[in-house]
Amino acid sequence: MNRTIERQRYLIDFTIASLARRRGRNLGLFAVYTLLVFVLASASLLGYGLRKEARTVLAASPEILVQHLLAGRHDLIPESHLAALRDIRGIAAAEGRLWGYYYDAGMRANYTLMVPSDRTIEPGTAIIGSAIARLRNLGEGDAVHFLSPKAKMFRFGIAGTLPSESELVAADVVLVSEADFRAFFGFPAGMVTDIAVSVRNPKEVATVSAKISRLIVDARVVTRDDILRSYESLFDWRQGMITVLLAGAVLAFVILAWDKAAGLSAEERREIGILKAIGWETSDVIAVKFWEGGLVSLGAFLVAYTLAYLHVFHFGGALFAPALKGWATLYPDFRMVPEISGQQIATIFFLTVVPYTLATIVPVWRAAIIDPDTVMR
Amino acid sequence: MTGSPFLALQGIAKIYNEGRHNEVRALADIDLDLEAGKVTVLMGPSGSGKTTLLTLVGCLARPSAGRVTLEGRDISGMPERFLTAIRQRTFGFVFQRFNLIPGLTVADNVMLPAYPLGRPHPELKARCRELLEMLRIGDRADAPVQWLSGGEAQRAAIARALVNDPAVVIADEPTANLDTALTAEFIGVVEMLKAQGKTLILTSHDPRICDAAVVDRVVEMRDGRIVGGR
Repeated sequence: MNRTIERQRYLIDFTIASLARRRGRNLGLFAVYTLLVFVLASASLLGYGLRKEARTVLAASPEILVQHLLAGRHDLIPESHLAALRDIRGIAAAEGRLWGYYYDAGMRANYTLMVPSDRTIEPGTAIIGSAIARLRNLGEGDAVHFLSPKAKMFRFGIAGTLPSESELVAADVVLVSEADFRAFFGFPAGMVTDIAVSVRNPKEVATVSAKISRLIVDARVVTRDDILRSYESLFDWRQGMITVLLAGAVLAFVILAWDKAAGLSAEERREIGILKAIGWETSDVIAVKFWEGGLVSLGAFLVAYTLAYLHVFHFGGALFAPALKGWATLYPDFRMVPEISGQQIATIFFLTVVPYTLATIVPVWRAAIIDPDTVMR
Repeated sequence: MTGSPFLALQGIAKIYNEGRHNEVRALADIDLDLEAGKVTVLMGPSGSGKTTLLTLVGCLARPSAGRVTLEGRDISGMPERFLTAIRQRTFGFVFQRFNLIPGLTVADNVMLPAYPLGRPHPELKARCRELLEMLRIGDRADAPVQWLSGGEAQRAAIARALVNDPAVVIADEPTANLDTALTAEFIGVVEMLKAQGKTLILTSHDPRICDAAVVDRVVEMRDGRIVGGR
């Protein structure tokens, strides 16, 4: 037993010495490997973090939204439906929501104007998302002027900014009072943008949705799960786009790895011949080369994943944020809660470490089964 | 060690690339008994088959025909794994171009053949130091091998051949790259090893080796056959 351990120790010692002997080559490979895993892991961590963030934010949103459709397009819905909805068994609450989009031509940015249901906004004031505050350099006590669709200028005093925890979905939000909202958009009385419905038993969401559809035949009923799926597919699409762009880099790496790892130099082949001639078994030679490839790839993987983690969760994923988080002109600025999944790590591990190690082993095996008398010829 | 036959070759032939257009008959009809504790030199011009014969004796290759017996045991048909085990314990090799691994120190090179055996490190280190001292290159133990002179490199290669304390030391053209003084030094090492009871099998066409007093037997080869001896 001791001899087996001692033998493995010798093989690892020799492996480390081998790595040090070809320092330049191995450091170069390590750097390229680290860069590739860093990029892939960053995209993966960022995408996963964003989906997680969206789920967290949506957890507090209503289970069901009821919208009116006109000619297949979203239309305003009468407040009169509220009473009928509240009569449906299983509905805990139903309330009309007022929200709409405003294009700020000066800043070339779209804002979402909303009337909050959980707080009262004084007429003539607004609470703004932090991206708007950054974009327009606004703070509490300042004032902002918006030009209404009817070409009338409205002045809002800034009463506060929204907390950055909700920035992913609230970066572009402007909260105003109902009176200001209706006056600004010329929004007809008795109509709301949509109706938010909360359900007593979450398991009954599908049943309640069906009841609402039967009650208001021209309504579109959207559940929270539907919204979540939309977010998921949006982030999946964005992450997919990044991955496609990175596919070229991955391919370049595969070629490099094959060349560096698989293409044994004449010097290495000679060395394998010497080791076999002086009494090393084929399995010893393969073990050393396996350790060599494993140390480079595993070491690079660990370093790269740590760097990607720091990049995404401590530096806001600065390199990929524009592609993955982008919201036109307004980029949400928020720090995600560190979150990694085993499946994610395993995927990147199997895409990088395993192919590299295999690429190292096959040619070494072919070289290691050469006759040991080659060194004598 | 006794004077009884230690290694016997009967009807040995070695053919490279058999059946192909580039087939080479390197050895034919070789019958040879080698005794333990003796110094034998395989002598002959280039292409006479002496190095090929050395690879068969040292279990680095298997014959195409014939039988090799080591201490009465037929080893000619053994699988590679068993031949490796025999090589580890019975033979030590000194190659013509020394074949030390560049970038490693002298001590690391010397200890290499012992790694697969898993000997305790302090014991192995002591053995390495003892050999380097015996061969008078103890002060070069930590030097990278590429810094060594020809004579030092050969002594490092001899130390590597001896680290597992083999019964047989095989050296291929050991003086091919050495001047007269270093050749004399090598003969001194051969005398010392013989005195320790080692069997030495060398190939050479160098008269300084073939005519050395320490040599017990010279086997003359030509065109893959044994043509004489003394």
